[in-house]
Amino acid sequence: MLSLIPPDHFSLPATMESLEEIKARIEQAIPGARLAIIPNPGLASQPSLLLDHEHALAVACFLRDDPALRLDYCSNVTGVDWLDRTVKNKVKVKQLVEGEGKEVEETREEFFPGYLEAVYHLYSIAHKHGPIVVRLRTRDRSLGVHLPSLTPIWRSAEFQEREIFDLYGIHFDGHPDLRRILMWDEFTDYPMRKDYREPDDYEYEPTPHDDVLEKAKQHHARRPMQDGAENIAATSEK
Amino acid sequence: MSAAGFHELEEAPPPMTSRFDGELLEVSMGPQHPSTHGVFRMNVALEGEIVRKLKPVFGYLHRNHEKIGENTSYLGSMPYTDRLDYFCSMTNNWAYALSVEKLAGIEVPERAEYLRVILAELTRLVNHTSLLGFLLSDMGAWGTPLMYAFREREHVLDLFESLSGSRMMCDYMRFGGCRVDLPPGWMEHARKIVDNFPRFLDEFEKLITSNEILIARTQEVGKLSAQLAINAGITGPGLRASGVNYDVRKVDGYGFYPRFKFRIPLGEHGDCYDRLMMRVLELRESLTILHQAMEQLPEGPIMNPKVKIRAFKPPVGEAYGRIEGPKGELGFYLISDGTANPYRYRVRPPSLINLTILEDMCLGHTVADVMVILGSIDIVMGEVDR
Repeated sequence: MLSLIPPDHFSLPATMESLEEIKARIEQAIPGARLAIIPNPGLASQPSLLLDHEHALAVACFLRDDPALRLDYCSNVTGVDWLDRTVKNKVKVKQLVEGEGKEVEETREEFFPGYLEAVYHLYSIAHKHGPIVVRLRTRDRSLGVHLPSLTPIWRSAEFQEREIFDLYGIHFDGHPDLRRILMWDEFTDYPMRKDYREPDDYEYEPTPHDDVLEKAKQHHARRPMQDGAENIAATSEK
Repeated sequence: MSAAGFHELEEAPPPMTSRFDGELLEVSMGPQHPSTHGVFRMNVALEGEIVRKLKPVFGYLHRNHEKIGENTSYLGSMPYTDRLDYFCSMTNNWAYALSVEKLAGIEVPERAEYLRVILAELTRLVNHTSLLGFLLSDMGAWGTPLMYAFREREHVLDLFESLSGSRMMCDYMRFGGCRVDLPPGWMEHARKIVDNFPRFLDEFEKLITSNEILIARTQEVGKLSAQLAINAGITGPGLRASGVNYDVRKVDGYGFYPRFKFRIPLGEHGDCYDRLMMRVLELRESLTILHQAMEQLPEGPIMNPKVKIRAFKPPVGEAYGRIEGPKGELGFYLISDGTANPYRYRVRPPSLINLTILEDMCLGHTVADVMVILGSIDIVMGEVDR
């Protein structure tokens, strides 16, 4: 019948090998796998492992089945949207100014393209250690981006990857049932993306105020004839 | 057509057959159904009375909690976490506070940690008693068990109200401590409730374990193997009913849980009966934790004075914190970009992930069993849909 684990049986989290060691072992076991360690600048000391698309399934399988790791429990799967960003750096450059060589400060803009990311938090129930954080990154932020699905390895990713597909628009190849989960099937946009703009016709707004008018104006370029926003703007300026 | 205007029958019409013979009948169960615990729908394909396919449909309560979290300050999300699993606002607060404390490296005073343990275990009492009541109600024990359970729940909610000002939406915890200290007389009142609780529990357990109908309805229904439970990420009592010894309170040892002696109940068969009994046994263990925590509760501050919770800007980085909620592992994943709002705010909802294997558990059982299985998983739609 039902059993009770006595209180003295207190299993402290076992010590786990470092992420560098795990990375080295994976590269030995799966030739050709391209991995990178993404540092976590915060205080939580949870660095993560970036996988490449071709070997993601094999690496995930290794993480789950390796006797020393046995990461049999995939706790959390989530998406992150990283926008394009430009970082301005001040660089000292030698230039000829009025016939003399001078050091001039110049601002250079460095461009980092944006991408979407799927983050997996893995724990081991067998060895009671974790987490190992695993990341997958898309090529860019376009609408039809693909990532390999890890649902064949961990069933717990099934609904969570569906949720990422629903809210971020990442298509998971190899997912058994990739449909929208929280939004309705007819919905077309991806609301968790950072540049998502919610339509202003969800609710009836009887007296448009300044904020609402500003928001309505943003839609002029996109669909000038449909939402009637230009009429509202015209009447309020009288 | 013939000349006379009659249809000419070239061959005899086929014999009339029932549409239901040998075909699957598709039924949409919910979203408005008393045993779906909110607005939850299942598309079920039936052969006679037997379930052959089942697809859960979510999203009726979706308000994109995570997007709202990204658009609010760190403190602003705290009252909003109450609305995730509205039965267990205290544990939701704790999980969020724990993640932010991990993100920003905040220490919590001893008394606050003890208060958190006490309130989390009281929340477990609330959750498990109401679950037992609802489950019996789903099985047709209309009214009485649910009212018995709610009577006990009411006492604990009175405690929450006198402490935080609200019965269900407590919004009690903060990063680095708790919001207010105990009002005078609170501890005596709480002790009385905890001391009286076993009387109710004994009565209720007798009602459950000796009831022939309940045993017939729950034993060998909705069995879940340990292997599938682990692979599908099932957590909480559902996982332990399948015999897997995994409790975040023991594994992570957060919030002074290592200081208390308590046992972890484990099931053997992984059926609905085991899942039900898991709740009863966990209630008893919660009571022992409560006794110890109330005994040991130290004096002192309840808030880390160094934390500026209003102008709160954690350093750049990310953190995943988790606790053992009454329904399973509740986690928060936060990414900070150094501003006042989180760059990413993610809730790991145990209710949603525990539904992953609903279809596997229901296949081959009758429609009436679906309600029992769903009830034994223990979901709250506020958390499933977010």
